[in-house]
Amino acid sequence: MSTATDTIHHDEHDDHHHHIPKGIKRWLFTTNHKDIGSLYLWFSFIMFLTGGAMAMVIRAELFQPGLQIVDPNFFNQMTTVHGLIMVFGAVMPAFTGLANWLIPMMIGAPDMALPRMNNWSFWILPFAFLILLSSLFLEGGGPAFGWTFYAPLSTTYSSDSTALFVFSVHIMGISSIMGAINVIVTIWNMRAPGMTWMKMPMFVWTWLITAFLLIAVMPVLAGVVTMVLTDKYFGTSFFNAAGGGDPVMFQHIFWFFGHPEVYIMILPAFGIISHIIPTFARKPLFGYASMVYATASIALLSFIVWAHHMFTTGMPVAAEMFFMFATMLISVPTGVKVFNWVATMWRGSMTFEIPMLFAIAFVVLFTIGGLSGLMLAITPVDFQYHDTYFVVAHFHYVLVTGAVFSIMAAAYYWLPKWTGVMYDNTLAKWHFWASLVSVNVLFFPMHFVGLAGMPRRIPDYALQFADFNKWISIGGFAFGLSQLIFLALLIKACRKQGEPASDQVWDGAEGLEWEIPSPAPYHTFETPPVIK
Amino acid sequence: MNLLTKMFVTLVTLFITLPALAQSAESEGRSDLNLRTGVTDISSQVYDLHMLMFMVCVGIAVVVFGVMFVSMYLHRKSRGVKPANFHESVKVEIAWTVVPFIILILMAFPAAKTLIAMEDTSEADMTVLVTGSQWKWHYKYMDSDVEFYSSLATQQEQIKNKFAKGENYLLEVDRPLVVPTGQKIRFLITSDDVIHSWWVPDFAIKKDANPGFINEAWTNVNEPGVYRGQCAELCGKDHGFMPIVVVAKTPEEYKEWKAEKIAAIETAKAEEARLLAMNMSMDELMVSGKKVYLAKCAACHMPNGEGLPGVFPAIKGSALALNDRPGHIDILLNGRTGTAMQAFSKQLTLSEIAAVITYQRNAWGNNTGDIVQASEVHTYANGK
Repeated sequence: MSTATDTIHHDEHDDHHHHIPKGIKRWLFTTNHKDIGSLYLWFSFIMFLTGGAMAMVIRAELFQPGLQIVDPNFFNQMTTVHGLIMVFGAVMPAFTGLANWLIPMMIGAPDMALPRMNNWSFWILPFAFLILLSSLFLEGGGPAFGWTFYAPLSTTYSSDSTALFVFSVHIMGISSIMGAINVIVTIWNMRAPGMTWMKMPMFVWTWLITAFLLIAVMPVLAGVVTMVLTDKYFGTSFFNAAGGGDPVMFQHIFWFFGHPEVYIMILPAFGIISHIIPTFARKPLFGYASMVYATASIALLSFIVWAHHMFTTGMPVAAEMFFMFATMLISVPTGVKVFNWVATMWRGSMTFEIPMLFAIAFVVLFTIGGLSGLMLAITPVDFQYHDTYFVVAHFHYVLVTGAVFSIMAAAYYWLPKWTGVMYDNTLAKWHFWASLVSVNVLFFPMHFVGLAGMPRRIPDYALQFADFNKWISIGGFAFGLSQLIFLALLIKACRKQGEPASDQVWDGAEGLEWEIPSPAPYHTFETPPVIK
Repeated sequence: MNLLTKMFVTLVTLFITLPALAQSAESEGRSDLNLRTGVTDISSQVYDLHMLMFMVCVGIAVVVFGVMFVSMYLHRKSRGVKPANFHESVKVEIAWTVVPFIILILMAFPAAKTLIAMEDTSEADMTVLVTGSQWKWHYKYMDSDVEFYSSLATQQEQIKNKFAKGENYLLEVDRPLVVPTGQKIRFLITSDDVIHSWWVPDFAIKKDANPGFINEAWTNVNEPGVYRGQCAELCGKDHGFMPIVVVAKTPEEYKEWKAEKIAAIETAKAEEARLLAMNMSMDELMVSGKKVYLAKCAACHMPNGEGLPGVFPAIKGSALALNDRPGHIDILLNGRTGTAMQAFSKQLTLSEIAAVITYQRNAWGNNTGDIVQASEVHTYANGK
């Protein structure tokens, strides 16, 4: 497909194939989508370990009742910063990293459309997180109001590090918006000739829709943090009833961002799984068109369900009913996706390499998270579930065994293409099985303690929750440690230790990225391939 | 492969046995696995709805995962299966869009019915105003003068692991809310500072307490008993330490309790007047001041008076406590708007305020030697 252009290639050779710069300058000044993709992925992994370390502090404190290790104020900082880091520092940059690496290779483009902006959108991120993390060392500590920073806890009643929190969220938002613009422009303009919309790979489709969601809601987040800033420091009263404002309005604005944000973190995962299952089932994806429409419907519905996070705030009963029904509706397109994956597997010829294991674990465990989400949608029972560990269990099933497992599946799936060597299969097996078992020991019992009445975000708890919390903590430590296996595996792969991988890598794999050599050369598709 | 099969078997078994587990836990009267049925008609409706949803979800999970595991067993390359090549089927796709939709509609009816009943606060027999503040609850009976604060009763020593933890660790309060059984009780819920959430699982009530706004909820308790809950919305440092205890008494017992409470208010007024005329010694003031300080002030300003730098100011060595005597009385009585400092004029008696001010001005090296009497606080409060 891409070899007919070798002669033209030669003339341009000296212009295009500069030497690859060495050392720090290569990474600082790079405009290459593969380099930037790697930067994003490593950054997100470092953030994953950092946020994970905070989760370990939380789980250590909750190992038994009583206050042992940290004081409640620091505990609140840990839950807050853990959430912020995992959402904005680990999951979102990981997907952006995958988009950078994969979208140009999947659509036959030489690079992202806006490479200098690409560089900038990555390099402001480390500063955002440096600011956020440094606030933990200030007098009064870092943000302690939960990652949802409800006013007035985050305004009148917060410590002075709030200004730093607001600034760092602004930078994260700018970075995400730039990344999203880049994805849209690239997909819109740089698809290889013949790649019509309905021939685009699912990962490209899901990311395109995700990018629109990002552009729609990140400015809303920027707006709401700015209101928090002016309420706290400049005497405005957006969220202060005494000045004519309304604290519940904060929640409406925040969740108008927050709910689409949830789908920003899961739609690309759907894309990844839709690549991996067909490959290892050796059978084309079932219902490609319905997958695209389902993704789009989920994205559209995500704008009219935000208040299901707010059923206890005292909305009128008609509003509660509207948001209950709209939320229940989301399970229809989500169900379609799950059924499609199962139908793809049906009568395939399956093998169970590591990416497939992660993908299957994703389908099962994400569905468990989706089903508990359906239970949470039912307003009268949500009054009992709301703000308990049942909710914590729910969103960790969709985010950890959902989003994070899909990212790991993607890493294993495309790593041989990126590095040119197969990953260490023994380490990979250990990583998968250790993660799978420990993540369920960690999050499954949370359903029980939540139903039994344990509120979330508390540093200490009543005695009847003690047994389960001990198990949850043990699962937490085990899951945390399991990720060090992954770290070792990644380092090994990046140092190119392993069996050389073939160009196609997996015998069932299809798509443009499998037609270029392994490892993928620094520049690919300088002349576009033609899609039949 | 063997490991894989085992894993699936485990998962499937787990899903099938869960409801059974939940049921058995319930029949033993325990509640550490599942939602409680509670003690009101609404709460048992909510429980039924929860179990219905749960069963539907388990059903869906068993079918979907079942098909998937069967496929993973049958359609493996190692069994020599050749892959089929189908990739769409309009009929099947329409079916699995429409069927879930119908299931959802069937679930929506009972949910909507219960919801409407829960939100109908009309025709209540009595009303209680519930006000959250950092980190305690205040209850006011709208039909009388009875009102009081309710805060955590668990000793700090238990929390700090110095004493053994009691049976109701973190779920016990000094003054519980008392309500009669068999009457429709309306709760008006609001807050003095940040957002809290008033949650009693046995009543299936969880309603946010929003500063500046009033929410409504109601209950009608069927059985006398002690029902415990907690604040459910992150409200700052001691969010985990503001439990709710409701004691439901029979209407007769409730009447007795109410009469005692009203009588106690009269006695307290007389006692306050007596104390106002008395001058207390430094020692007496320091002893009772320390008690009040540890109960009301130490959560933020810390037992050593040093506060939490950057969050809660220190009293030890502060200009207010060392020099500004009227300012000190003022901040205790009226609080300071725009900060977490609450007004204590309604939370403490005049003599308690006098004692705690005296304590703050003489403890931890704040050796001003100042003695503040209740009468001085009284004069300041009325002079404004």
